[in-house]
Amino acid sequence: MIKVENISKSFGKNEVLKGIDAKFDAGKVSMIIGGSGSGKSTLLKCIVGLHEPDEGEVFFDKQEFTSLDFEQRVPIRKEIGMLFQNSALFDSMTVEQNILFALDMFSDMGKSEKIDRANYCLKRVNLAGTNELYPSELSGGMKKRVGIARAICMSPKYLFCDEPNSGLDPATAILIDELIQDLTEEYQCTTIVVTHDMNSVMGVGDYVMFLYKGKKYWEGSNQDILRSEAEALNDFVFASPLMNAAKKVL
Amino acid sequence: MFFHYFGEYLLLLKSVFKKPEKWSIYKKEIILEMQAIGVGSLSLIVIISTFIGAVMTMQIAFQLVSDLIPTSVIGQINRDSNILELGPTISALVLMGKVGSSISSQIGSMRVTEQIDALEIMGINAAGYLILPKVIAGVIMVPVLVIVAIFCAIVGGLIGGALSGAVSPGDYIMGIRDGFNGFTVWVAMVKAFMFGFIITTVPAHKGFHVRGGALEVGQAGTKAVVIGCISILAMDYIITALML
Repeated sequence: MIKVENISKSFGKNEVLKGIDAKFDAGKVSMIIGGSGSGKSTLLKCIVGLHEPDEGEVFFDKQEFTSLDFEQRVPIRKEIGMLFQNSALFDSMTVEQNILFALDMFSDMGKSEKIDRANYCLKRVNLAGTNELYPSELSGGMKKRVGIARAICMSPKYLFCDEPNSGLDPATAILIDELIQDLTEEYQCTTIVVTHDMNSVMGVGDYVMFLYKGKKYWEGSNQDILRSEAEALNDFVFASPLMNAAKKVL
Repeated sequence: MFFHYFGEYLLLLKSVFKKPEKWSIYKKEIILEMQAIGVGSLSLIVIISTFIGAVMTMQIAFQLVSDLIPTSVIGQINRDSNILELGPTISALVLMGKVGSSISSQIGSMRVTEQIDALEIMGINAAGYLILPKVIAGVIMVPVLVIVAIFCAIVGGLIGGALSGAVSPGDYIMGIRDGFNGFTVWVAMVKAFMFGFIITTVPAHKGFHVRGGALEVGQAGTKAVVIGCISILAMDYIITALML
């Protein structure tokens, strides 16, 4: 479980997050949605510690995270897996080396055990046999899946995904969504996904939080969205003709 | 502005010298960096130093017009100026352009593509992992390259003197051996050590704090080389003033 309390963050005079409170449960896919510039990626970065919030606290289970220094955060960070928007694979390393990196750094496994683990992670994301390829030789969808394989290699308790579907075709996007959902159930991890893809939200979002102008504007399940009368949420969700048509059918 | 960047640089160094997560991984990286900095720059240093030595010999001969001064002095002047100044400083300036820009763009690219964020999320001290091996490799390999540069410059002087007829090989070697002061080599090594530190840390700092995209990564590389070269020359002056 991850809990955030009263998180605020400004960049200069630009107030990006204004007192956000939220609770993300283990074993569920929680989605943070909102328009561009609404503060969703900033919130995610505040949660994982890439940005330091100006105010507020983040709890990983019962452990307060924001007041810890780098060394004190390491045990929690070993339990975090993160998929970046652009995958952020180490481009001078092969796919296998990317996955082995965290294992080499932190695990006491033997070499063959680590390679077995890397192969298992690659198989889990349907990329068996790509061990020796470099990130530059992979398609966008494959990079995302390698990113997921790297994120799960240490069996994470907390999984973060920053716009996992951006730049992907619809079929691959659904594949990535299903993978994130399956892994969340398999590892019973607390998964937080930042997205503005409504297909993902309706497909796998157990809990949805809508950010609007830096504030938490709405929260609920993906089914509640369709019945919500919150104006800014409706403007965001039903902006696409497809979702608009779906609303009329319902 | 200067104090802001200098403070940022010192804070980065503090992170760099934290205890590594796993020494075995760092050792591997140090070897790779030693190969990149040392072996990768060897041919460039050999070519540049040999030509500098040859040109120095001819220029010193051109300026020594008095018949009262023996030609062996050419070897002596060439030796001391190469050991004390040209070997360490020219090599460092050349390495700053080659190695420094590479370090800055490598780390800068990792920053803008979120690879550094990925390291930090994993709980790895990104500054330590990315920069410490380069610093250790730099302070080991730059002195080695400077020794090679001094040797090549002296040999280049011999060849240049013989080919141009400015000084015979016998006279030149006599000059090289005459009045040698071992302390000058110590001065050269202290300079090389400090230059190795500057060549790796200044570009690493610029790359590590880059913001933006490809354009900013390129600009950071240029700034790193300019600031690094000025730092090398300032350090050269300080060490010379303190040690000689």
